[in-house]
Amino acid sequence: MGEMEQLRKEAESLKDEITAARKAVQDLTLQDHVAGTAVVGRVQLKTRKTLRGHLSKIYAVHWGDSKLCVSASQDGKLIVWDSYTTNKVHAIPLKSSWVMTCSYAPSGNMVACGGLDNMCSIYNLKGKDGNVKVMRELAAHTGYLSCCRFLNDNEIITSSGDCTCVLWDIETGSQKTVFAGHLGDCMSLGVAPDFNTFISGACDFTAKLWDIRDGQCRQTFGGHESDINAIGFFPNGNAVITGSDDASCKLYDLRSDQELITYQDSGIMCGVTSLAPSLSGRLILAGYDDFNCNIWDSLKAERVGVLSGHDNRVSCIGVTPDGMACCTGSWDSFLKIWN
Amino acid sequence: MTINTLSQDGVQRQQMSCLTKMERMVISMQDPDMGIKLRNQRLLITVIPHAMTGADIVEWLIKKCSISDEEALHIGQIFVKYGYIYPLKEPRNLILKVDDSPYRFQMPYYWMSTRWPASELDYAIYLAKKNIRKQGELIEYEKECYNALHKRINHTWDFVVMQAREQLRASKQRRKADRIVLKCQEQAYWLVNRPPPGTLDSIDHGPERRTMNTRVQLNAEFYKKEIEHNRISLARNRVKSSICLESYVKYCEQYQPHDPIMQGCLPSIPWITDDIMFWNMNCETVAVPTKLRVERWSFSFMELLNDPMGRKEFLTYLKKEFSAENLCFWQACEDVRHGETSKIPEKVDEVYKQFLTPGASRWVNIDSKTMEKTLEGLKRPHRFVLDDAQMHIYFLMKKDSYPRYLKSDLYKNLFARAIVPQETKKSVFPFMRRQRHSSPSPALATQAAEDDGKAKNSNSFKSNSGTASRR
Repeated sequence: MGEMEQLRKEAESLKDEITAARKAVQDLTLQDHVAGTAVVGRVQLKTRKTLRGHLSKIYAVHWGDSKLCVSASQDGKLIVWDSYTTNKVHAIPLKSSWVMTCSYAPSGNMVACGGLDNMCSIYNLKGKDGNVKVMRELAAHTGYLSCCRFLNDNEIITSSGDCTCVLWDIETGSQKTVFAGHLGDCMSLGVAPDFNTFISGACDFTAKLWDIRDGQCRQTFGGHESDINAIGFFPNGNAVITGSDDASCKLYDLRSDQELITYQDSGIMCGVTSLAPSLSGRLILAGYDDFNCNIWDSLKAERVGVLSGHDNRVSCIGVTPDGMACCTGSWDSFLKIWN
Repeated sequence: MTINTLSQDGVQRQQMSCLTKMERMVISMQDPDMGIKLRNQRLLITVIPHAMTGADIVEWLIKKCSISDEEALHIGQIFVKYGYIYPLKEPRNLILKVDDSPYRFQMPYYWMSTRWPASELDYAIYLAKKNIRKQGELIEYEKECYNALHKRINHTWDFVVMQAREQLRASKQRRKADRIVLKCQEQAYWLVNRPPPGTLDSIDHGPERRTMNTRVQLNAEFYKKEIEHNRISLARNRVKSSICLESYVKYCEQYQPHDPIMQGCLPSIPWITDDIMFWNMNCETVAVPTKLRVERWSFSFMELLNDPMGRKEFLTYLKKEFSAENLCFWQACEDVRHGETSKIPEKVDEVYKQFLTPGASRWVNIDSKTMEKTLEGLKRPHRFVLDDAQMHIYFLMKKDSYPRYLKSDLYKNLFARAIVPQETKKSVFPFMRRQRHSSPSPALATQAAEDDGKAKNSNSFKSNSGTASRR
C-alpha cells in the first residue's frame, strides 16, 4: 500500500510541475493578443435545404464531399443524401437500429456506422450490382461505438464506450492498434489533417492526442468539468477544439500544450453535442442540447451568430470540405443545410 | 442541486449538469430584490398569488443577460420545458408566450433534480388520485400508463390507493387557492417527467455513460505508467502562447478569402443562387483554374499536394528540373500507406525496384542512414516501412523544389492566366428557377460549363452570369 501511495504522490507532483511549465509559456492573454484583429460581425446563416426522410432521432451526419453526406438515425437507417437536390442516393437498412455514429470514406466508396451493437459495420457503396451491402463487421469492442472515422479505404478508427479507441484493418477485420488510456467512455474522435495523429474526447473530461503509428498517447488535455462530447482539429492541425456537457468549448494548442481559449456564455446552460470549424477556422459552429447552434468567433471568443430552427437537440454538425455550407442533424429527425 | 447517481459499476456520476446552471438562474430570477416582480394573477374566478406574465420573464432575461428578444424567449422556453416555470392558463402546453399569459415558479420540491429519477410509485399515486377524484379525468395515454402500472406493481396497489385517498383527503382541508396551486404544480411536474407521447421528453439524454473505467485498476502499474507519461510530457518543448495565438490569427487571415461562410465566393454560392458554376469551375480537370485556387497552392506544400491539379503542375515543373522521380516516389509511398494490406509487399517491392535500387531508372536521392534503415525494413515490409524515406523526400521537395516552383515562370504564368469568376446575381424573378441537375462527370466538366453558360444566357434576363471572363 505504501508503495502505491508514493507512486500516486509522484504522479501528482509531476502533474503539478507540468501545470507550472504550461503556465510559464503563457506570455500573453488572448484578449491582448487579438485586440488588433478585425471583428467578424454578425453571421447570419439561413436554412437552404431541409432533408426529410428519417423517422426518428438523427444521431450523426458526415460529409463525403461538397454535396454528398451520410446520416444515421435510430429508425434503423443510414441515408446517403445528395443534399443539393435533397435526393436520397442510398437508404441502407441496418441490422441494429441503435446507431450512434456514421462516417463517409474520403474516397466516397464506403460508409460506416455503429452504435449499441458494439460493432462498426462497413458498407460498400460501389458494389458491382449497384446494391449496397455490408462489407465488413468489425467486432471486438466491449462497449458501444460512439464515433468512427475512415483514414482511407483500408483503415478506420473507432472510439467506444469501453474507453478505448481502435485502428482497424478493414480487409482482414482485425484490430491493428488499441489506444487505451482514457478513464471514461470515449465519445468522439477527430483525425488530423495530415493523418498521422488523431484526438479523442471522453467522459473522463479529458482529450488525448494519439500517434497512429505507434499507438502512444502524445498529449492529454484537461480542464473541462464534464463529459467531452465533441472534438475536432483546428484546420491548421495545431489545435484541438472540444465541446462538453459543461456548456463550454475549449481550444487546446498542441505546441504550447495547454488550453488557450474557452468559449462559454452565462446564457448557455445546455451541453455541447457537436462542433465543426469553418474552412478558415475563424468560425466554430457548435450544436447544443437546447436545440440551437451557436457560431463562435474562434479568435475573439464571442458569439457571432445562432442557427435556430430545430425542434429538438442538435446532435451532429458538419461543414463541407469546400467550406461552403454546414449541415445540422437533430433529434427532431431533420437535417438542415445552412449557409 | 447536483444529481449524483450510483451507476452499475458503483461509481458516482453527475447527471444533467445543465440543471445546476438552470437552477442558479432560476434562483436569481426569484430574488426578492433583483428578480422578477411577482403579483397576483387571476385565473377564472380564483386569484393565484406570486405569479408573473410571460412578458415579465422575457423582459427580465433581456435585461439580466443583455441579449436579444429571441434569445431571451429561447432561454425562457428552456425553463418551461424543464419544469422550472409552468403555465397557468394552458397547463398541458409547455411553452412560453411573450404576452400576459400567467406563469409560476415551480417549487424546489418538484424540481427535476430533487426527485431523480421520477418514481414509478409516485406516478401511480398521482394517476390514482386523478382517477378517484373524477372518473374519466385520465386522458388516453394516462389510462394506458395507469393500466400498465397496475400490472407491474400490482403487489403494492393497496398502498397506492391508500396513499392516493389520504392525499386527497388532506388536500380537501386546504384553501381553494392553495389546492389549485398544488394541483398545478404536481401536474406540471408529471407533464415534464412523464411527457405525453409525441411531445418533447426533456429527461431523455441518450445512452448511459460511465466515468470510471472499472477495467483500469488504479494500482501501482497504472501509476508507474502515469509517471512515465508525465515525465515525457514535462520534458517536452512548449512554445509560447503568444506565438501560437499569432499563428492562428495569421492562418485565419490567410484563409478568410477562401472561407465561403465568412466571405462568400465567386461566381456565387450554389446553395443560395441555385447556380453550380462554382463547382464546375473548380473541379479537378478544368482547363483554366481560378486565381484563388492557384493562390492557395502557395500557402503550404500540403495545399499544393492535396490538389490533383496542383500535383500535376508541380510534376510538370519537376520534369523540367529532372527531379520528377521525387514526387512519383512520394505518391508511390502514399499508395503503400493508404492502400490494401494484402498488396503492400508487392507494392513495396515495386517501389524498391523503381526508386531505391542503385542504378534504378527513377532513383531517389536519400541519405545513406535513411537508405540503410529502409532497406533493412524492406526485409519485412509493412504499411509504414517507407515512412522515413518518404519523409526525407517530402522535406527535400518542400525546402527546395517547392519554393522554386512558386517563383517559377510556370507558376506565375498559370496564376496570370487564372480566372476570377464574375459574380452571378441571384435571379430577380423567382419563378425563373434554373434547372437543377446533378453535377456532370468531371470528364465533361469543361464542355458542360460552356453549355451551361450558353443556356443561362438565353434563359434569364437579369442575371449576368456567363462564361468566366479572362483577366
